[in-house]
Amino acid sequence: MAAPQFEVPKLTGFIDVPSIKEGATAHVKSFPASAPIQEAIGFPGSLVEDWHDKAIAKMGDLLGRYRSLRVFMDACVHCGACTDKCHYYIGTADPKNMPVARQELMRSVYRRHFTFAGKYFPSLVGAQDLTEELLQDWYKYYYQCSECRRCSVYCPYGIDTAEVTMAGREILDTVGIGQKYTNEIMGKLHRIGNNLGLPGPALEDTLLGLEEDIFDATGVPVKLPLDAEGAEVMLVTPSADFFSEPHVESLIGYAKVFHAAGIKWTLSSKASEAGNFGMFIGSYDNMRRAAMRIRDAALDLGVKRIVVGECGHAWRVAYSFWNTLTGVGHGGEDAFSKQLQQQLDPNYPAPQHICEFTYDLIQQGKLKFDKSLNDHRTITFHDSCNVARGSRMGDMPGGQFVIPREVIKAVANNFYDMQEGTINEATFCCGGGGGLLTDDLMEIRVKGALPRMEAFNNVVQDKQVNFLALICAICKAQFTKVVPYYGFDMSMIGGVHQLVATAILLEVPEETAQESVASDD
Amino acid sequence: MSLLTVLFACMFYAATALLVFGLFFKIRSYARTPAPLKIPTTPAPTTKTGVVLRMTREVTLFESLFKSNKWIWLFGYMFHAALLLVVLRHLRYFTEPVWFWVDIVQPFGIYAGFAMVAGLGGLWARRFLVDRVRYISTPSDHLILALLVAIGITGLGMKFVAHTDIIAVKEFMLGLMVFDLQPLPADPVLLVHLTLVALLMTIFPISKLLHAPGIFFSPTRNQTDDPRDRRHISAWAAKLESGASSKSEA
Ligand code: SF4
Ligand code: SF4
Repeated sequence: MAAPQFEVPKLTGFIDVPSIKEGATAHVKSFPASAPIQEAIGFPGSLVEDWHDKAIAKMGDLLGRYRSLRVFMDACVHCGACTDKCHYYIGTADPKNMPVARQELMRSVYRRHFTFAGKYFPSLVGAQDLTEELLQDWYKYYYQCSECRRCSVYCPYGIDTAEVTMAGREILDTVGIGQKYTNEIMGKLHRIGNNLGLPGPALEDTLLGLEEDIFDATGVPVKLPLDAEGAEVMLVTPSADFFSEPHVESLIGYAKVFHAAGIKWTLSSKASEAGNFGMFIGSYDNMRRAAMRIRDAALDLGVKRIVVGECGHAWRVAYSFWNTLTGVGHGGEDAFSKQLQQQLDPNYPAPQHICEFTYDLIQQGKLKFDKSLNDHRTITFHDSCNVARGSRMGDMPGGQFVIPREVIKAVANNFYDMQEGTINEATFCCGGGGGLLTDDLMEIRVKGALPRMEAFNNVVQDKQVNFLALICAICKAQFTKVVPYYGFDMSMIGGVHQLVATAILLEVPEETAQESVASDD
Repeated sequence: MSLLTVLFACMFYAATALLVFGLFFKIRSYARTPAPLKIPTTPAPTTKTGVVLRMTREVTLFESLFKSNKWIWLFGYMFHAALLLVVLRHLRYFTEPVWFWVDIVQPFGIYAGFAMVAGLGGLWARRFLVDRVRYISTPSDHLILALLVAIGITGLGMKFVAHTDIIAVKEFMLGLMVFDLQPLPADPVLLVHLTLVALLMTIFPISKLLHAPGIFFSPTRNQTDDPRDRRHISAWAAKLESGASSKSEA
């Protein structure tokens, strides 16, 4: 690893709230998107001439479309309850990374243009004109927010900085300032079908290769079917699962679960991506377009159930927004959603999370495990922010905290939670979500991971934890890259279904029984 | 009829009108703006009853604030609870006969005035003492605190230091409500107190005091967490579907 160009925080055993250091991360700015990248997803290629008026007009438009934004712009009382809640503030001490200050970058302009007090007494209420300098601040600090929503848990009015960040990014995109990483990925998804730009044939090869690997390791002919019409389940997973480590270990886990349960399933080359970066840039159109691929694939393949793999923000979009965007879900009375409902099995939630799916099978006693196969691991679990604060599993509030833990406990003996206040709805973001998983933001990623690393380090010290179980592709990619900065080994990072894959017992067909080996990791 | 009485009567009519219409327009705009996506912060209730309970806890106990910071909660709660008691106690100046429960609240309301000022003092102190909170404070944050403290102190002043002719004040208020002006005592502390209250009413709909109605419209708190069972779609979003009746042409 090249020496970092910034100071890596030291672990102290405590999550300290720093004193403010103005401008501490004013130099951290991700690469802006080029014109072709911008235009491919429907935005101007570079800063438009009348950007000021266009930006204000767009803000007005969004204020009329999103109640969240309208209420959040008015309701904040500057109480300060959120000031110490953001991992980026804790890690960088830059006051503009305090949620309320991040919002103020937009709120000050809102006041100036949309409120009586701001129009007539701007300095009294802290209203400002949208200058080019402020616009640059928007770009910097709206891309130093992972839209993790931790602040929204703690705000007395539920003000969600992620909503403000999304609006900010949407306004920036509208006037021609986009972020290279996020917008390039959106374009790839629309063009090729997944975030990695992996074409169908490459996907097929990869899956065949995996089938061979699994067979070599276990002697069991576990299949990873692609575009199998009439399968019961379509699995949509982050494309990183197809060939990044450790992601692929979880994909193997899903396949083994389907195999063991005897459920016909398929992946889809059309819906080969669960991730939906449209959410990160607040673009309803892009988000909808991305989600429509999945609806289309489900209709094409005639599947009865849609299951989503280990991806945090994908699960938020799937659970919370798919029904709205595309009618994947129940209860829609319109022709659009009815068409899909006729096909989907009403006995199961649509969509379903892979952890819910596996948990359900465990409850029914359909899966067998040898927990001791995971005995070399002492495990802790990181609640991914989009799952923890933006979605749910199962049928009770907070099911998303219970179910993954129950799955882990069903397949492994050694499990310890990290400290209160850093798990469940209070979980700290990995530091790489929301469109920040790009090398040009490495400083903010490493610093933003600080609170999570503190809590992780504490269980490593106290409980000898050596495995951080995850259910998010971004968390996996972020942590494998970032934990070495804090002195941990990247092999400590893995998926929940990687643990399932290790412990699951599959029936070995007679003819291959002799050569089978039980381990797969 | 003294000029003073007419002046204050006009001031209160104007302040009331601004408060009522201002709030009406603000609330109408909140209510009319669609919430196109389901964004409740989890763990969120899955039923409407659950949402009502959640909101009740937020409004009566400041649940989220309690989770975030015990000091802000303590001072904030102290101020708001005391303010409620004080306001209820003041009902005796607007009703004849006085409702029996207002009489019960009365003694608590008097001392709540001190708690109110103390709570405000704590909140204000944070704005100087905590560097993060100092950073986010605007002049208007300080001014609103100053306004509320001044209202509290002038009120307490009339109760405990320089008594005002409260019978006459009540007659003025009762008269105001039926457009029958009665003389207002020319007591300086009272006049300051009343002016500040009118000012507070005026700025309510154009300031951060909008957090009061705002909280009820906050989608992260008032939505039910049932997006898989019920399709939730706003009018502008539904329009996107015309033309995409069966399949998109992605
Ligand atoms: S959403 Fe997360 S990253 Fe963004 S300001 Fe809030 S706590 Fe920080
Ligand atoms: S907690 Fe909410 S009201 Fe308080 S400063 Fe933060 S955003 Fe504003």
